Amino acid sequence: MSVVAIAPRRWKKPPLIKRAWLRWTIGLGVAAYLALALGTTEVNWVRVWEGLPRGARFFAAFFPPDFTSRWSEIADGILESIWMTVVSTAIGIAISIPVGIGAAKNIAPAAVYYFCRAILAVSRSFQEIILAIFFVKLFGFGPFAGVVTLSLATIGFYGKLLAEDIEDMDPSQAEAVRATGAGWLQWLNYGVQPQVMPRMIGLGLYRFDINFRESAVVGIVGGGGIGATLNTAFDRYEFDSAAAILLIIIAIVMVMEYSSGYLRRWVQ
Amino acid sequence: MLRIKGLTKRYRTGDLALKGIDLDVPDGEVMALIGPSGAGKSTVIRCINRLVEPTAGTVTLNDTEITTLGGAELRRARRRMGMIFQEYALVERLTVMENVLSGRLGYVGFWQSWLRKFPQADVDEAFRLLERVGLDHMADKRADELSGGQRQRVGICRALIQNPNLLLVDEPTASLDPKTSRQIMRLIKELCAERKLSAIINIHDVMLAQMFAERIVGLQLGEIVYDGPPTDLTAEVLTKIYGEEDWSATIRKADEDEETRDASNVIALESRQPHRDRMAGLT
Repeated sequence: MSVVAIAPRRWKKPPLIKRAWLRWTIGLGVAAYLALALGTTEVNWVRVWEGLPRGARFFAAFFPPDFTSRWSEIADGILESIWMTVVSTAIGIAISIPVGIGAAKNIAPAAVYYFCRAILAVSRSFQEIILAIFFVKLFGFGPFAGVVTLSLATIGFYGKLLAEDIEDMDPSQAEAVRATGAGWLQWLNYGVQPQVMPRMIGLGLYRFDINFRESAVVGIVGGGGIGATLNTAFDRYEFDSAAAILLIIIAIVMVMEYSSGYLRRWVQ
Repeated sequence: MLRIKGLTKRYRTGDLALKGIDLDVPDGEVMALIGPSGAGKSTVIRCINRLVEPTAGTVTLNDTEITTLGGAELRRARRRMGMIFQEYALVERLTVMENVLSGRLGYVGFWQSWLRKFPQADVDEAFRLLERVGLDHMADKRADELSGGQRQRVGICRALIQNPNLLLVDEPTASLDPKTSRQIMRLIKELCAERKLSAIINIHDVMLAQMFAERIVGLQLGEIVYDGPPTDLTAEVLTKIYGEEDWSATIRKADEDEETRDASNVIALESRQPHRDRMAGLT
């Protein structure tokens, strides 16, 4: 019996980009740009070295954190931030529900869809800081500008995710409710809402969390809240009070993190 | 009496799903609609309650022409047609009771339904139906905690509480095991007899259709190619409906189908999970 040798048929994973010249051009181009970019990044090592002890001194000034001497300002700032967070999250979510429903392609007519998508795109196109600077110029310093900023940012965030969640829903469940002769609102309430609710509660808590953190940032540009207090502390070189504020912010964010995790498990 | 005349459906993609169907279903008749995938079975029953808008033709239920109704009238007409779905289509995160009561949505106002304050008569009827299908102890369970057969029984209750004249049943056994399939089909048949309902049942499984329907209509490429009693469903007829195949072992084949379909359903369910990680990077 003779053994016939058959050349093994080779196999290689097909490359991501089929055309070899294109693959090499892109690869070399990226590499060259990266090399040039890194080569032209100027690092003044002397200044970095000199900066180290300065940084250490700055950091040392944080200790021990001083909760007492500015306590009333800190407490006011925290309470204002919490108020801003609650109000802006509530307003933002309340507005984003109709906008989000309108921005879901599978349930909204085309005209409504494009209109609501435009609202979402506009409110998402600017970062909170830029919005805050704009609204502080518009309404003056204080928490109102901050609330408007955070509400607007919430609409973009929550509306978009609500729309996407509705688009991802199981159409057969909604169809079954429609087949019973339900009206449109009843259909939303029975066929759509139960499908998106757990995730939207989770996202609401998540946005609450974000809004609290952002309230500290918008405060720095004049939007009120704990950010304003923090900014003042830095301006007065009261780093020990600033450290206290930072610690309080961290503590509150951690409490919210744990409680929202707990709540989310509960709604699932 | 349901009367369908010249029912035609052309989908936006240009596919002609139904080519002028004429069909009369007298009161109290349980009719099975068989045919290969893509023959237009689902389209037929969805055109009857206008979940799909027919392109041409008329559908008349008890002298009401459904095809011309708008808005509120259409919703009133839908109350008279209970629908049972492939893969149950229960709202998974609602309780069994809420799912059953959702069959009354066409009868109650929005606020009543929103606050879940259904009339006591509806709640009584819901419990009676759940008891009839042996699930009254499950009333407060969430629908996704139930097994396939249990879910389909809840689906049947949801359709019946509408107090319909007609049941539209779309592949009721497509994801059930052979035994449960028979139980569900028997239940549907019994309930139709109890309430003198007529039913149109789309079904893949020819054996089940023969066992439980009084009349069989075969659909192929949007046209009716057979209409008659189950006993006349010979190998030639099946070849006309489905194409050439060895039909002597239909029973055996039907059971195998069941299993492979189950497996593909699992895959479909998994891939339907929305992208939870889409949120990443959106802070």
